Amino acid sequence: MKSQHKTSISEDMTIYNAAAQKQMLLDALADCDELDIDLSQVSEMDTAGLQILLLTKREAIKANKTVRLSAHSKAVTELLDLYNMASYFGDPMVIMASEHTAVSEGKSEHKAGLYL
Amino acid sequence: MDAIQQAFVVESRELLQMMEDKLLQMEGGGADPDTINAIFRAAHTIKGGAGVIDCKFIVEFTHVLENLLDEMRTGTVTSDRELIEVLLACSDQLGTLIGCVESESEPDDDINKVSLSLRDKLQHYLRIPSVTSHEVALSGENVHISVGGEMESDNWHISLRFGPDVLRKGMDPASFMRYLMELGKIVHLTTLPDAIPDAIDMDAESCYLGFEISYQSEADKSRIESVFDFVRDDCVVQIWPPHSKLADFISSIEALPEDTMRLGEILIKSGALTRNELDLALNTQSDRQGDPSSQPKIGDVLVNQGAVTAEVVEAAAVKQGRINEKKTIESQLIRVQAAKLDQLIDLVGEMVIASAGANMLARKSGETALVESTSVISMLVEQIRDSTLQLRMVQIGDSFTRFQRVVHDTSRELGKDIELVISGSEAELDKSVVEKLGDPLMHLVRNALDHGIELPEVRTAKGKPARGTLRLNAYHESGSIVIEIIDDGAGMNREKILSKAHERELIGPNQTLSDSEIYGLIFEPGFSTADKVTNISGRGVGLDVVKRNITALRGSVEVESHEGVGSTFRIRLPLTLAIIDGFLVGVGRASYVIPLGTVVECIELSEKDRAETLSRQYINLRGEVLPFVRMREQFEVAEPGGRRENIVVVQYAGQKIGLVVDELMGEFQTVIKPLGSIFKHIKGIGGSTILGSGDVALILDVQSLVALAAVHQNRMQAA
Repeated sequence: MKSQHKTSISEDMTIYNAAAQKQMLLDALADCDELDIDLSQVSEMDTAGLQILLLTKREAIKANKTVRLSAHSKAVTELLDLYNMASYFGDPMVIMASEHTAVSEGKSEHKAGLYL
Repeated sequence: MDAIQQAFVVESRELLQMMEDKLLQMEGGGADPDTINAIFRAAHTIKGGAGVIDCKFIVEFTHVLENLLDEMRTGTVTSDRELIEVLLACSDQLGTLIGCVESESEPDDDINKVSLSLRDKLQHYLRIPSVTSHEVALSGENVHISVGGEMESDNWHISLRFGPDVLRKGMDPASFMRYLMELGKIVHLTTLPDAIPDAIDMDAESCYLGFEISYQSEADKSRIESVFDFVRDDCVVQIWPPHSKLADFISSIEALPEDTMRLGEILIKSGALTRNELDLALNTQSDRQGDPSSQPKIGDVLVNQGAVTAEVVEAAAVKQGRINEKKTIESQLIRVQAAKLDQLIDLVGEMVIASAGANMLARKSGETALVESTSVISMLVEQIRDSTLQLRMVQIGDSFTRFQRVVHDTSRELGKDIELVISGSEAELDKSVVEKLGDPLMHLVRNALDHGIELPEVRTAKGKPARGTLRLNAYHESGSIVIEIIDDGAGMNREKILSKAHERELIGPNQTLSDSEIYGLIFEPGFSTADKVTNISGRGVGLDVVKRNITALRGSVEVESHEGVGSTFRIRLPLTLAIIDGFLVGVGRASYVIPLGTVVECIELSEKDRAETLSRQYINLRGEVLPFVRMREQFEVAEPGGRRENIVVVQYAGQKIGLVVDELMGEFQTVIKPLGSIFKHIKGIGGSTILGSGDVALILDVQSLVALAAVHQNRMQAA
């Protein structure tokens, strides 16, 4: 039986919180087999924050566990798109219509609505 | 000779030197792929260059050489001693051919004969007839592939590797991407998270990301580069315009930390490379994987294949590739004409004098503000002088390494087994000194090889290792550089030198000499202790010339020897010939400059000592006997001195003496002006200089004064 765990990040994912969030996410991952990270409260995200998510995802793959990102906030979506990393996480993302036209220029192939 | 030819000659000579070094290295320590690759590339670049200046005879000769080297790279031909000899001969021959380019002449029959016989020898090693192997490789591929040519993509390619501190400094890679998007269109972006370390080691505040970006923009390169101005120090940015040289591009890609295969895939995805371009490179690579010892890199393969396309294109591509490999080194170096540098140093010399003059006037005027500003100027001038002189400083290593070949050839000729060990090659000295040092050094090295180190049988019989060692060593010591040539050979027979000296009446029958004086005798003209005259040395001409050359450079040479253990020749040279830091002293109304590097301390000659020293030429310096020379007597200064006298203690070659002067006037930057030839017999003076006041001061030659004091002292002791 796989243990599932849900966690949500309530603060900005920026360099100021990165160290604490790294520890938090890694600890959470250690306690379970499937980790669901709710990103809806993340109103700001920078590269340091993204790196934490990348690290968590990679550690999960290494340990044969699963990490899911869910309820991406706008800030998260934007950064993942900028870095073209959405497919790496492979989680469904809700794309807002207005956003689609604004950001997607030049990378339309990756912006076809939902990612799987 | 036009500029391109000249550049070719200069560059080829450097490459040849490198090739020779590597060949000798191969002989010494086996053939690792890197070394063979380096040799191959050298030959290849020479050939390419020769193609550019349309010099057929070099292209033809190098072509065969290159083929063989290529076979060695892939491992089909293995190197042995004999082959290396042939290759060395080839590199010599290339040198001769390049000489022909330099003198703008066609090689004569003799040279051509050598070329032909060497080519035959090379062909002998080539199991596969030379040209075909390449041509097969090429014809198997599609013709339209633009290897060594341009990339097919219309987009810019930007490769970014951010340094760890970027985030901490408040810069976010994301903002640079956004900026890029303002300037053009990001066609494709790949984020490389590979560098993120394990969870434990990962610092959440460090940046580990890299990016490969395919980019469309109307902006020019400098505009795109300017996007990254803020992170220039913390980020590796590489930008390739559309249709860059493929070879160039790939060789740079290889320099990146990530796996080349993975990068290759990324580049295809981002459209920077076409599948064809990558496959071509990878296929050729796997063809060669039969031999695991030498796996060429993609870039090499591409460049290599480019070899069979038009010579000119190839030369350009190879050169680009090579420049890229050496990018870090070469971008730090600028070639400057020596004459320009000399002119600069002349000017700096004049400036030193002028600023000393201004300084003196300012001090006389007593205006504090003026004194202050002139002293700032003279401090700056001092720094300019130092860094200008630094420009002329070269490491001695280069002049050492060329002896590898000498040792190799000579020991072979003599049937000896000798190893050259080089140390201290990073010691720096003036370029003009290095140039003049070549001949004396060569002489001493040959001398050591020929007379110093014994034949292997003799050595084993004496219980020494059969392989002899010759050491070249350099180090700095109080304002001079010391170069040692040390052999572990037979050493010199003291008695033999003595009897020879008696025979030639260099010394009187009852004269007793110290050891160093006896060994010093070998520098006398016409003195040779070798029983056997060989064509390398031993004819008794030479060591006196060595001494004369070195003395002309204001240096000295000495020898230390222990019979059966070996000899050490020690050359001592001033670091520079142009400007020195001097110590200004006064005797009567005249001023003298003592090179500051030789000054140890200054002491007052007390009333009591003065009375005592009227009869003897030494004082007691803290329990040490310090012989001294009275400048007043030495230079026959007529005016009576003041009531005080001072002693400046100077040191040369480990020996201290005192110079008795009237007045100490302090440090002074001295531009050495040569003295006319009528003064050359005056002992103790090395040159002249002009003081700020316009007066002339003589520069003391400490070396000869030390020798003089030693003679005095010996005479006193003998009496």
